[in-house]
Amino acid sequence: MHPVLATVLQRLALGVATLIMVSIIIFSSISLLPGDFGQAVLGQAATEDTVAAFRRELGLDKPAPVRYVEWFTSALQGDFGTSFSGRAASGVDRSRPVVDLIGPRLKNTLFLAVYAALISVPLALFLGITAALYRNSIYDRMVNAATLTTISTPEFFVAYILILLLASLNPIFPSLANVTIDTPFLERVYRTSLPALTLTLVIVAHMMRMTRAAIINLLASPYIEMARLKGASPREVIIKHALPNAWAPIATVIAFNLAYLVVGVVVVEAVFVYPGVGQLMVDAVTTRDIPVVQACALIFAATYIILNLIADIVGIVTNPRLLHPR
Amino acid sequence: MSSDKTQAAQSAGAAAEETYSAAAEVGAVRKRRTRLERIWIGLKKAPLSAWFGMTVILIYCLVALFAPLLAPYGEAQVFPVPYGPWDAEHIFGTDQIGRDVLSRLIYGARNTMGIALVTTFLSFLIGGGLGLVAAINRSWIDQILSRFIDILMAIPSLIFALMLLSIFGSTVSSLIIIIAILDSTRVFRLTRAVAVSVAVMDYVEAARLRGEGLGWVMRREILPNIMPPLVAEFGLRFCFVFLTIAALSFLGVGIQPPTADWGSMVRDNASLIQFAQYDLKAGITPLLPAAAIALLTVAVNFVVDWFLHKTSGLRDEH
Repeated sequence: MHPVLATVLQRLALGVATLIMVSIIIFSSISLLPGDFGQAVLGQAATEDTVAAFRRELGLDKPAPVRYVEWFTSALQGDFGTSFSGRAASGVDRSRPVVDLIGPRLKNTLFLAVYAALISVPLALFLGITAALYRNSIYDRMVNAATLTTISTPEFFVAYILILLLASLNPIFPSLANVTIDTPFLERVYRTSLPALTLTLVIVAHMMRMTRAAIINLLASPYIEMARLKGASPREVIIKHALPNAWAPIATVIAFNLAYLVVGVVVVEAVFVYPGVGQLMVDAVTTRDIPVVQACALIFAATYIILNLIADIVGIVTNPRLLHPR
Repeated sequence: MSSDKTQAAQSAGAAAEETYSAAAEVGAVRKRRTRLERIWIGLKKAPLSAWFGMTVILIYCLVALFAPLLAPYGEAQVFPVPYGPWDAEHIFGTDQIGRDVLSRLIYGARNTMGIALVTTFLSFLIGGGLGLVAAINRSWIDQILSRFIDILMAIPSLIFALMLLSIFGSTVSSLIIIIAILDSTRVFRLTRAVAVSVAVMDYVEAARLRGEGLGWVMRREILPNIMPPLVAEFGLRFCFVFLTIAALSFLGVGIQPPTADWGSMVRDNASLIQFAQYDLKAGITPLLPAAAIALLTVAVNFVVDWFLHKTSGLRDEH
């Protein structure tokens, strides 16, 4: 087998194993709940029959491994069970399937994440590469100081400053990003510009610094020195010698920051009251709606793992040492 | 450094025979500087950014320590006017139920920093301890711990913290324990990585041969040699923990009212920002606690940067 294929397969297997382990952790968290949460969810007035029915519905009468397999297989098919909210002590069940809650919100979150990524990735790569090429210049120092400041500030601070400047003092953008399914595309882009801008500012800082460090690291390696010594032009050095080796670090940087986006999105959605998965998860945490929390955690963790997996695979596939084995 | 040496030599020489003698200079006892003097000399060489950072941290610590003396009113004392304007009585106005914002900012320093500090210490105790054990032991314990921590680190920590908080509830103690455990994974990685190279040194081997226990080897042989990266990491982890707690409180699942905390203060007063066009001061009020968080993080980062530069620079010299 080609060494690239073998390494990729190995990495894929590791990714799947991690995903399964993570799903086990997320699943078993529910059994850490103190006492009988059937009573807690349904309220004090619930009769023993309704509690017993609720326990049966959750499958608490079955052993944990069986429950895990059932939960995981149905989660893979997109069924995350039903929410805890909307259940009454009388046994009346107005709860909604978790999928119905998450589905439209997941689209909103993805929209926001893609929007932010489309602005931030090219911008960060440009800033990072130019700062590395002209390092220790005034330009480099200015970019560095600016990014250090945005890294150290919490996301909600950046968000509120943007609201203060661009929504309150100069009403250019709306301060609340309320979108519905019917909102037309351009209107949606306009309304989500402030959240996207906040996320951009936060990630560009990280991504730019990491790109800069990766490129500087690369430019210090002996083969770049060698290429320069043999008289290659600066452009040729970058394109023919540096770039083929830079894809792996750059892919890692991008994936790492898109994964960071996953986390940043929670806080930013809360600031702008944007109907996304992060907002849903925070609401579910306050009401202790465990099935929703589990589903959101699984989605976020899976995104995070898959993005890291993609970065690693890009790194393996573009690695010149593996592509041209001796 | 050289000026001190000659000075000492000169005084020694003067006492001996009043004139300069090379033999006296060489033979003179070199005065060893006390620890305090060495720290002071190091501090004098610190750049402006580090000085700025240390001053800010010192002020924050003083405010946190003497909060009851500095705050004009009580932490949860309610006044009749909610969302009161900035005036002489309430310098930064009052919040949504009429509590003095300045007093809550001051008490918030104590609560937010105290909880973050305890959490960071706990995470270093867990992560550092396990990391050292794994580095020394290098057997199946190391394998199991490392793989387990790889898996824990595959879940974004804010998401993991949210999930655990939904299970254990948002009390201060569960907040501290959950974040400390999640954060200790990073500490474990670093401690293990730096301790592995020290654990194979001859003097560690010698200590084990003369029969010292695991605790001795950890504390007396390895720990002193991996201190600089750990101290720097402590600063960075503190920032991270501090920001995580602030984010969780901001989301409403961290430190609960009536305890004053910067993250939840931002959330509570956020609606004031809409009035910035009419009254800029009111619009800035929710940004004050956020700015306090940002300033502390920047300050700690400056000090850590300088410390890392200094400790790695010292290593280059030798």
